[in-house]
Amino acid sequence: MDPIRILRSRTVVMATTNIDTDQIIPARFLTTTTKEGLGAQLFADWRYDASGAPKPDFILNTPAAQGCQVLVAGRNIGCGSSREHAPWALVDFGFRAVISTEIADIFRNNSLKNGLLPVIVDGATHEWLLANPGAEVTLDLETRELGLPDGRKVTFPVEAFARFCLLNGTDEMGYLLGQGEAIAAYEALHGKQPAGATA
Amino acid sequence: MAKTMFEKVWELHEVAPESADTPAVLFIDLHLTHEVTSPQAFTLLREKGLPVRRRDLTFATMDHSTPTTTDQVFGGVPIKLASARGQVEQFARNCADFEVELLGLQDQKRGIVHIIGPEMGLTQPGKTIVCGDSHTSTHGAFGALAFGIGSTEVGHVFATQCLLQRKAKTMAVNVEGALAPGVSAKDVVLAIINHIGVSGGTGHVLEYRGSTIRAMSMEERMTVCNMSIEAGARAGMMAPDETTFAYLQGRERAPQGAAWDAAVAAWRALATDEGARFDREVHIDATQIRPMVTYGTHPGMSMAIGDTVPVHAGDSVYAASLAYMGLQPGQAITDVPVNVVFVGSCTNGRLSDLEEVASVLRGRKVAAGVHMLIVPGSQQVKREAEARGLHEVFAAAGAEWRESGCSMCLGMNGDTVAKGQYCVSTSNRNFEGRQGVGSRTLLASPLTAAASAVTGRVTDPRSLLA
Repeated sequence: MDPIRILRSRTVVMATTNIDTDQIIPARFLTTTTKEGLGAQLFADWRYDASGAPKPDFILNTPAAQGCQVLVAGRNIGCGSSREHAPWALVDFGFRAVISTEIADIFRNNSLKNGLLPVIVDGATHEWLLANPGAEVTLDLETRELGLPDGRKVTFPVEAFARFCLLNGTDEMGYLLGQGEAIAAYEALHGKQPAGATA
Repeated sequence: MAKTMFEKVWELHEVAPESADTPAVLFIDLHLTHEVTSPQAFTLLREKGLPVRRRDLTFATMDHSTPTTTDQVFGGVPIKLASARGQVEQFARNCADFEVELLGLQDQKRGIVHIIGPEMGLTQPGKTIVCGDSHTSTHGAFGALAFGIGSTEVGHVFATQCLLQRKAKTMAVNVEGALAPGVSAKDVVLAIINHIGVSGGTGHVLEYRGSTIRAMSMEERMTVCNMSIEAGARAGMMAPDETTFAYLQGRERAPQGAAWDAAVAAWRALATDEGARFDREVHIDATQIRPMVTYGTHPGMSMAIGDTVPVHAGDSVYAASLAYMGLQPGQAITDVPVNVVFVGSCTNGRLSDLEEVASVLRGRKVAAGVHMLIVPGSQQVKREAEARGLHEVFAAAGAEWRESGCSMCLGMNGDTVAKGQYCVSTSNRNFEGRQGVGSRTLLASPLTAAASAVTGRVTDPRSLLA
């Protein structure tokens, strides 16, 4: 995972509310057994026509979207399926951050583990971003600030440990493996019986 | 201090509590895994040279991309969809390499992961249960803390049997009153999602409470908990009670003998204490719930079948959703012609669901031009249904009866709905393209699905119930 410290990018706006992970990557592409190359299938059913040709009016097919790292989405992006293929596809396409007023729990967790920064903003900031597609914004993970073109700064929340991992480009597995002694102690206490049955 | 059930189960599983800087390390009692969300996690183990830490707490089945036609499952015909075949084969190899217990394609106990866990007695009160699948919330019906995770986290649990988690908020969903005849658990959960909204449960663990829930069977409770995620909640829980214990007693993987008595005593202590506080509470009057159906492209867009499609003038997202569905604001949903009816999934693929469908289909025919597909949730459900002669009722009505799997809920195995066609489905998601490119899904109960199959229109099942 590449570390994130500061992102500077124009935004791509998809104002639709409740963009579910079935839209981000449809189920028929989930028979893959790797993470690679899913950007080609990102938003496949919105992006391509029945013959597989890109629809010219879909935002991700327009020249303005090329090279953008920040997706501004309508309220509640990432709802539905837990498929991590959704952030894999977004990252493979080139996105490094998703901004909305609400981001679904499992998608947010999955995003944090793949170098895709989920950014929750207030309604007014969101309205401004939706109304100004292509705006040049800055996301500073160190200060947890979103910088708008007029110089305004908006603070966004990031869970402390996830922020540490993103800033350093490390994953959580190392930390969990480092808990080996505590895990073994827990297991010794609870034996082979699941904990709920020995309460 | 009075505690909620969620807090009790959480505290029982803290390997390390959370701090300002780090999430809690939470021990996982049961890790269910399937072919779609595990390959990348097994790859991670291989890259790091790690074993599966607790094979005794890890259990695998294949369900999403598996075929449902008998020739491909048992008849020696290779799985026709090449990508699905590759995924199924790799999963079997992964489970063999890492010594994970797997219900293979031809296993008599195989089925949808959220059906087989309870069926085998693996799912138990007080357990933490995870799976790389958002409908893991199903298992909360037993008083387990059960939630879906991504593939990276599947790898974490494989390697450490733990997850890093921040404690969720709690929401009590109080459901009171008796259900009217013809109204089922599916209608209840659709009404709950309609009330809370599709993101209303975000950040929360739901606890379903009240007389309506207490009166439900375990199968009905699972239907409700299954769709917690459709309200944005990762988990939904229900206090274990005599209904829970009666369901579990004697099941293959449930505690036996003296261990059973000890387990039940512990399980009784899990219920939320009197006076415990929830972060949020909502109240649902179950006596007012009528048979429900969705009309839009997320599970919160639902209505009573007798009502008309709501009007939201000036809402372009809403208009786009209705345009996708080919519906007009203000129209009667009963006008909608039905092309396909799907009965099955982790929401409504259990024996009682199939019995309800048979109660409507008995002595009736599926309407001309309607394709009705009935897919049992597991091979055990299939055997039990056949022992009761349900498959003969289905066949006489003109419905198709298959081997178990997720099937047309998400169409990964090639069981899909064609572009523009309307499918009344007992599954859980009506997202655009969920059942196939351009498919139009109308979520409903098994009774409504069966009634709609018979008439060829979206139909309130009460019109067909004697």
